[in-house]
Amino acid sequence: MTVSPIKKVAQATPVPMARRIRGLSDRTIAWIFVAPTIFLLLAVNIFPLIWTIRLSFTNFRVNRPNNDVEWIGLRNYERILTDPGIWSTMQATAHFLIWTIVLQVLIGFTLAFLINKKFKGNDLWTTIIVFPMMLSPAVVGNFWTFLYQPQIGLFNYVIAFFTGADPASFSMIGDVNLAPWAIVIADTWMWTPFVMLICLAGLRSIPDSIYEAAECDRASKWRQFWTITIPMALPFLMLAVLFRGIENFKMFDLVVQLTGGGPGNTTTLTSIDLKREAFERWRTGYSSAYAVILFVTVFGLASIYVKALNKVKER
Amino acid sequence: MSFSATEPSIRTKWFAGLLVIGYAIVTLIPLLWIIATGFKSPADSIAYPPVVVFEPTLEGYVNLFTDRTRATEQMLDDAGPPTTWYEQIARDRGTVISGPSRYGERFLNSVIIGFGSTALCMILGTMAAYAFSRFKVPLKDDLLFFILSTRMMPPIAVAIPIFLMFRNLGLNDTHLGMILLYTAVNLSLSVWLLKGFIDEIPVEYEEAALIDGYTRFQAFYKVVLPQAATGIASTAIFCLIFAWNEYAFAVLLTSGNAQTAPPFIPTIIGVSGKDWPAVAAGATIFLVPVMVFTILLRKHLLRGITFGAVRK
Repeated sequence: MTVSPIKKVAQATPVPMARRIRGLSDRTIAWIFVAPTIFLLLAVNIFPLIWTIRLSFTNFRVNRPNNDVEWIGLRNYERILTDPGIWSTMQATAHFLIWTIVLQVLIGFTLAFLINKKFKGNDLWTTIIVFPMMLSPAVVGNFWTFLYQPQIGLFNYVIAFFTGADPASFSMIGDVNLAPWAIVIADTWMWTPFVMLICLAGLRSIPDSIYEAAECDRASKWRQFWTITIPMALPFLMLAVLFRGIENFKMFDLVVQLTGGGPGNTTTLTSIDLKREAFERWRTGYSSAYAVILFVTVFGLASIYVKALNKVKER
Repeated sequence: MSFSATEPSIRTKWFAGLLVIGYAIVTLIPLLWIIATGFKSPADSIAYPPVVVFEPTLEGYVNLFTDRTRATEQMLDDAGPPTTWYEQIARDRGTVISGPSRYGERFLNSVIIGFGSTALCMILGTMAAYAFSRFKVPLKDDLLFFILSTRMMPPIAVAIPIFLMFRNLGLNDTHLGMILLYTAVNLSLSVWLLKGFIDEIPVEYEEAALIDGYTRFQAFYKVVLPQAATGIASTAIFCLIFAWNEYAFAVLLTSGNAQTAPPFIPTIIGVSGKDWPAVAAGATIFLVPVMVFTILLRKHLLRGITFGAVRK
């Protein structure tokens, strides 16, 4: 192996000397480079967060700026946690979260497993499968309402074609029982590729030599799948679940365009409920407390999950 | 032919290929349906059973870009015969074009805000990423985690105080406000991704440059930036796509002046009822550029969507 002359010179020069050469010290430069980013994040992310926390202890309403703002302590939090409406919202969110994750992991992993068989043209088809997740959820969600139209919608037509039901007899987004599934289907269509891509990376990270060794030991394909493929791809799978979990807990754009939270409150996910409280009923203090509760929930669940993920990685 | 224990058999490959292609085709249908609907006449768009073969028309696109009113005899007499093909299309439906629609403006807003925030985000992000990659920044890990954690907040949760803050600063419904906001939202992604790309450039290059008498700044933009060009380009495309697609902030913080296309497209309605071909035309124009970018990005997709946590 030959060492390039540049490298030789670099290695020969003591680091402190290289640093002392002309201009500002590295420390100053580091601060100049990092400061704008930190400043912007403080201004647009942290400052509002602190403001939200402060507002959550008051009865402030944006649409009544002249009212006296009263400090009401934890009363907002009490009201939220004892409100039965919140729990039905949480249930809708849980239904959405669990089913989207289950379906996306199953389909995504299967696809990744098949793509990893390295058939001809698998790159091209992978790129095509990825399209939906790169698109604007609001625009796509809006168009899905068209696909879900009773009678004229393509989705209803296809279902009717295969089941023989009347395509005008059911409405995916108008029916209390079907609407929660309508959003699960659209989200799964959109985000399965995400899980697929991460699983594919996991499968590709498994060295061939392990399978060759298993083959020598005459382990069956079935056995190899469960004792090599799954355990080694598991950290990747868990990472995919983490990302999808956080994203879908925050879910707003796709669902608000699809169902707007209806019919009734059957698809009112937490973000949609929060938006109604904050920007339709204008209960600013109350919705701030709501936002804080959501943030703590996501953050808490995510950090517990990351701990579990690290344990799996260590194994 | 070489034999390997891990190479799938030809039959397995065929089977896997067919299943994947089958899935790809099913997943493409909604997208193809959007594009097709854009070229349908209103009658074809709501026909039962859904029509696959139809006579293409640009009516949806004309309706997308114009405002029309129902024509009365009087108006038709005043306007005289149609002079352009798009006026002809409107006339055929018994309407006259009364002016351009707002779609053009909304689309332009998306372009301005998308490119503006991407540019700003890349400038700030590259600098911060370089510093995190090369220097000992105090509390580095905490700062990096802090930058990432800003992404976990539901947008609606921070929208309330941002709304109040922007109102006080006069930034509500302005391009500048949206550019700053999207820059802040995208910074976490760009810093994390770019740090990964810069980490991969050997530090010796810069040290050699420093010995040749370059200052740190010169070494940064003459040595590091060219080396990181592909990384910066793909990060930029990710930021652009995000800002392009963003809906929650746009719908809450903009209304007239700086509204982008995503909150606008769902509100398109025709002279009588929902004009699906126009909606589909608007969506097509909006979505197709992203598909092209996705093809350009395919090598770095995984890295982008996982904040650099998974590198191929």
